Amino acid sequence: MQIKQISVFLENSSGRLGEVTKVLAEAAINIRAISIADTADFGILRLIVDKNDDAITALTKAGFTTRLSDVVAVEVVDSPGSLAKVMELFQNSKVNIEYLYASLEGKTGKAVIIFKLENLEQGLKIVTDNGLSVVEKF
Amino acid sequence: MIFNPEHECMDQTARKKLQLANLKNLVEKLYTTVPFYRKKMDALGISSRDIHTLGDIEKLPFTTKDDLRENYPRGLLASPPDRIVEVHMSSGTTGKPVVDEYTQKDIDIWREAMARTLAGGGCTKDDIVQNCYGYGLFTGGPGAHYGAMTIGAEVLPMSSGNTARQLMVMQDFGTTMLTCTPSYALYMAEEAADAGVDLKKLPLSKGCFGAEPWSENMRKEIESRYGMKAYDIYGLTEIIGPGVAFECEAQDGLHINEDLFYPEIIDPETGKHVKRGEKGELVFTTLTKEGTPLLRYRTRDITYFMDEPCSCGRTTVRMHRLFGRTDDMLIIRGVNVFPSQIEHALFGIEGTEPQYLIVVNRGESHLDEVELLVEVKQEFFSDETRGLETLRNKIQDVMKSKLQIGLKVKLVEPKTIERSIGKAKRVIDNRKL
Repeated sequence: MQIKQISVFLENSSGRLGEVTKVLAEAAINIRAISIADTADFGILRLIVDKNDDAITALTKAGFTTRLSDVVAVEVVDSPGSLAKVMELFQNSKVNIEYLYASLEGKTGKAVIIFKLENLEQGLKIVTDNGLSVVEKF
Repeated sequence: MIFNPEHECMDQTARKKLQLANLKNLVEKLYTTVPFYRKKMDALGISSRDIHTLGDIEKLPFTTKDDLRENYPRGLLASPPDRIVEVHMSSGTTGKPVVDEYTQKDIDIWREAMARTLAGGGCTKDDIVQNCYGYGLFTGGPGAHYGAMTIGAEVLPMSSGNTARQLMVMQDFGTTMLTCTPSYALYMAEEAADAGVDLKKLPLSKGCFGAEPWSENMRKEIESRYGMKAYDIYGLTEIIGPGVAFECEAQDGLHINEDLFYPEIIDPETGKHVKRGEKGELVFTTLTKEGTPLLRYRTRDITYFMDEPCSCGRTTVRMHRLFGRTDDMLIIRGVNVFPSQIEHALFGIEGTEPQYLIVVNRGESHLDEVELLVEVKQEFFSDETRGLETLRNKIQDVMKSKLQIGLKVKLVEPKTIERSIGKAKRVIDNRKL
């Protein structure tokens, strides 16, 4: 199963990122994964949090532009070559990756990689067909 | 509806005769009552006896905004002070305000001019007009108020601001016509959408918008958001306030109330008349005013005359909607740019909100740099940078091809550009020229 990711548009001005984290802290939202895509003019903050609805409400109220999108959180063994194997699976099946980042989540010896895939259904099938597990709830 | 068919549909030869007679009277009156004009005419060696045709108006001196400022507050008064019944003035943000003083006859002229104007936008005695132009020294509120009352419509004198209350009254009283600045109309539409008010379901069907230049695409935006007809109106404090020119149902140029305000279009450099139909600076002479009549006032507004007969039946000459002003014209690396051009280009691009700000800086290399802040529609944001970068590049490309200047587009979040309830501030020019 896929999970929801919250994206927040950030104008390139000082303090904006701090404001996002402050808003989330005040709403008692726990951030489970975080990444920023930045350009010269703006950034897009991507978040996996424990309470999506509350997070969206708090961010919108604080004037942030947000968007929900579907991503896949794949659990991999925390050892050399694990990620390479997943990448190879996707590549062989021509599943394009838009972007990926790592999560804070992880049992001992495991890592969780968040994938934004061009074809979500196909990607999920490949992950499960190959015996990899996905995280469905953070 | 044509408010005054006798004057608005008058045979043009008869109108010219009337204009000439009034022009002669005005010149005579100004020479005898206003020392400022007597000095100017003496310097040119001209008097009312030299006016034989309307073309002779070119012999007469211009009046500029600077002249008005230098004669602040009452130097241009042409009637005894005890005959003045009302005073208006501009905000004076760029210097001393310009003053218009009205006798009772001037107020009657204004009522007539604004009644014609609102009638051009479809106003009848059955309409409920929500007037959100500012009241006070600004001419917008009172002008629209007088016009609507003269038609016999019901007026809601809201003034500008307090948008929540505007929307409440609009719904509860069944407003059928709106009068305000076009930027405030858009602002209200945005607030309405946020409040879950579907403007298209309200009885509101038309509006007259003016006091700032706007584009055809902005009209489309207002018309689609409200489900109404949006008409452009034109006026300025110096001449009477709103009511100088207005669009009719044809929405094809603004009919000038030329029996009251005699228009010319000149080359701003030479001061000579341009060839009929060519673009230039609009100049007005107030033919019948008493309080502070003006001779050949240079408006700094750029337009051209449209002489083809209008389908509405009015015979008055039309002017094209404004192309901008000679004084807010930006010269960017030698290229003349009007903010309205940028606006027009922007509104044709999907994904952008009709809110923008132009910031002009002179960079370290002494080249002018223009940054265009554009608000992006909420739905247009995504979790990927690509979509937004594509949009930004597209805006830059469109601007480059339409304006011949390269400008840097910065995408900003919805509702971050300061909203205006009066005239929108669209340009910040940081150059020290």
